[in-house]
Amino acid sequence: MATTTPVAPVGTPSRSAARAERKRRLGPLGVLTHATLAIWTLLVMVPIIWTFLASVKSEDEIFGAAWSLPSTLHWDNFARAWEQARIGQYMLNSVIIVSFSTFGTMLIGSMAAYVLARYPFRGNRVIYMLFVAGMAFPFFLALSPLFFVVQNMGSVPVIGPFIGLNTYAGTILVYIAYSMPFTIFFLSAFFRTLPTGVAEAAMVDGASHTRVFFQIMLPMAKPGIISITIFNILGQWNQYQKPLILLQDREKWVLTQGIADISTAAGYDADWAALFAALTLAILPMLVVYTVFQRQIQSGLTAGALK
Amino acid sequence: MLFNRYRRGLFIASFLAAPVILYVIYVISPNIQAFYMAMTDWRGVTATPNFIGLDNFQRVLGDSVFWKAVTHNLGLLVLLPAITIIIALFFAYLLNLGGDKGVSGIRGSTFYRVVFFFPQVLAVTIVAVLFQQVFRPDGSGMLNGPLMALGIEPVGFLSNSGIAFWSVLGVLVWQAVGFYVVLFSAGLAGIPRDVFEAAQIDGASRFTLFFRITLPLLWDTVQVAWVYLGILAMDAFAIVWVMTLQQGGPDWSTTVMAAEIYRNAFGYFRFGYASALGVVMFLFTVGFAILSLRLSRRERIEY
Repeated sequence: MATTTPVAPVGTPSRSAARAERKRRLGPLGVLTHATLAIWTLLVMVPIIWTFLASVKSEDEIFGAAWSLPSTLHWDNFARAWEQARIGQYMLNSVIIVSFSTFGTMLIGSMAAYVLARYPFRGNRVIYMLFVAGMAFPFFLALSPLFFVVQNMGSVPVIGPFIGLNTYAGTILVYIAYSMPFTIFFLSAFFRTLPTGVAEAAMVDGASHTRVFFQIMLPMAKPGIISITIFNILGQWNQYQKPLILLQDREKWVLTQGIADISTAAGYDADWAALFAALTLAILPMLVVYTVFQRQIQSGLTAGALK
Repeated sequence: MLFNRYRRGLFIASFLAAPVILYVIYVISPNIQAFYMAMTDWRGVTATPNFIGLDNFQRVLGDSVFWKAVTHNLGLLVLLPAITIIIALFFAYLLNLGGDKGVSGIRGSTFYRVVFFFPQVLAVTIVAVLFQQVFRPDGSGMLNGPLMALGIEPVGFLSNSGIAFWSVLGVLVWQAVGFYVVLFSAGLAGIPRDVFEAAQIDGASRFTLFFRITLPLLWDTVQVAWVYLGILAMDAFAIVWVMTLQQGGPDWSTTVMAAEIYRNAFGYFRFGYASALGVVMFLFTVGFAILSLRLSRRERIEY
């Protein structure tokens, strides 16, 4: 980029000539290719943009012609969604739960993966297989018993009130536990590929096992850690079934529950304008964050799938 | 030396303690309990569950709603991966090899990849609510609005029991395609360019290039995609529960195993019976895993 390529002034013949040249080279097949891709682009974007538009319409306009533009921008829809439909509260709950559970998942998941990948000991294979086997069990098999497990945790002395049903910590612990199989599977494969020399040299110099892990191996595993962190953030942010059974108290609901509730339970007196505003509030930040970090997110998620 | 071994053991134990304890409490124990609970009539109110042997499983056999759910899952299992993989492969091929002379990427491929991926970063629940509005049966629905303006009868995307299942499938495909375009693109990037160029020089058509070169070299990735989409098809809970009428309706035309398990457990408080359904779902999952391993076994191509 820093080379001294001469830049033609805008609108000069050479530029339009280049464009014509490109068009000529594109040919009928190229046009068809772009048309096909453009159609899917529209299929993806139109429902989303339509929702954004509806979020600033009045109630009457929403029930009017589907493709009309809003006459005036009703920003108050957003205020109602945030306050009355409590999207602000739900979003905060989601942020709290996901930040702690992703941090916890990465901390203890990478510790377990590291030990299982690089320390041969009796029972190593058994523990590893136990974790990985978790990927084969559908969540709905454990659905009912898990509810009672968490309910019973609520009567554990001292910490019980913090880890039972309808608690942040209880939900966080469940998220962490269910993220273990893939996290350990992926990261232990990653730790196995790292060279042994650096760690051994540090050990000879007197570093402890713990120190080698946190100061040498963890930084070396950074690409893998980033991939799986993205995978876990997205996965946990999008959770629906687990909060549905664990967080039945409206105060503790996460965003996905809140949005689903506005549309299903509301019925005739539903505030449709606020629903569209709530949808926009749930979609827009995700798209912005994704667009900024798209390279990392795409490669992170596909690496997660391909390992 | 002895001290060192002691330290090593202590280190291993301290690093494994938290993950193993959490995993045993929240994952292993509920999964094992499910197999026992499946043989009880537990409704969550009595002190101890009542053991009834295999009665629940006998009841599953006569549960017509659940078998409808099973057929829907099996339908999704065949259609979702097939449709998604075909569309995604086609797009990935166009994006990466659709350019000049068929061996380079086309202009704007980054843009397409970014946009196609959008639905993937949205929560399934959000997508479900979004499409509930898109599919609205009156003139204010995104699809029915234009149809009615043209004087065509509105389509009951979610209210017509013959169409609702296809709407669910459509939304699942809509959400999934982008991820697999990126996945296949990553796969294609790993194949050396000269393979394509050599074939090109030998006079291979675009068609041959795709079916004789690209697809075989991408087979490993396609396998991964098939397994991932299979898992998605076996679940499909959020989309059905949130988007469809009566959560699996109308007339049970869209319900899936996961929705019936949830309904029996937390709608009817039949925890024992729901667990039995869970065991059946588990058996289907294992069956799918074995089948897909068998079917996709193939000579691996080294390059």
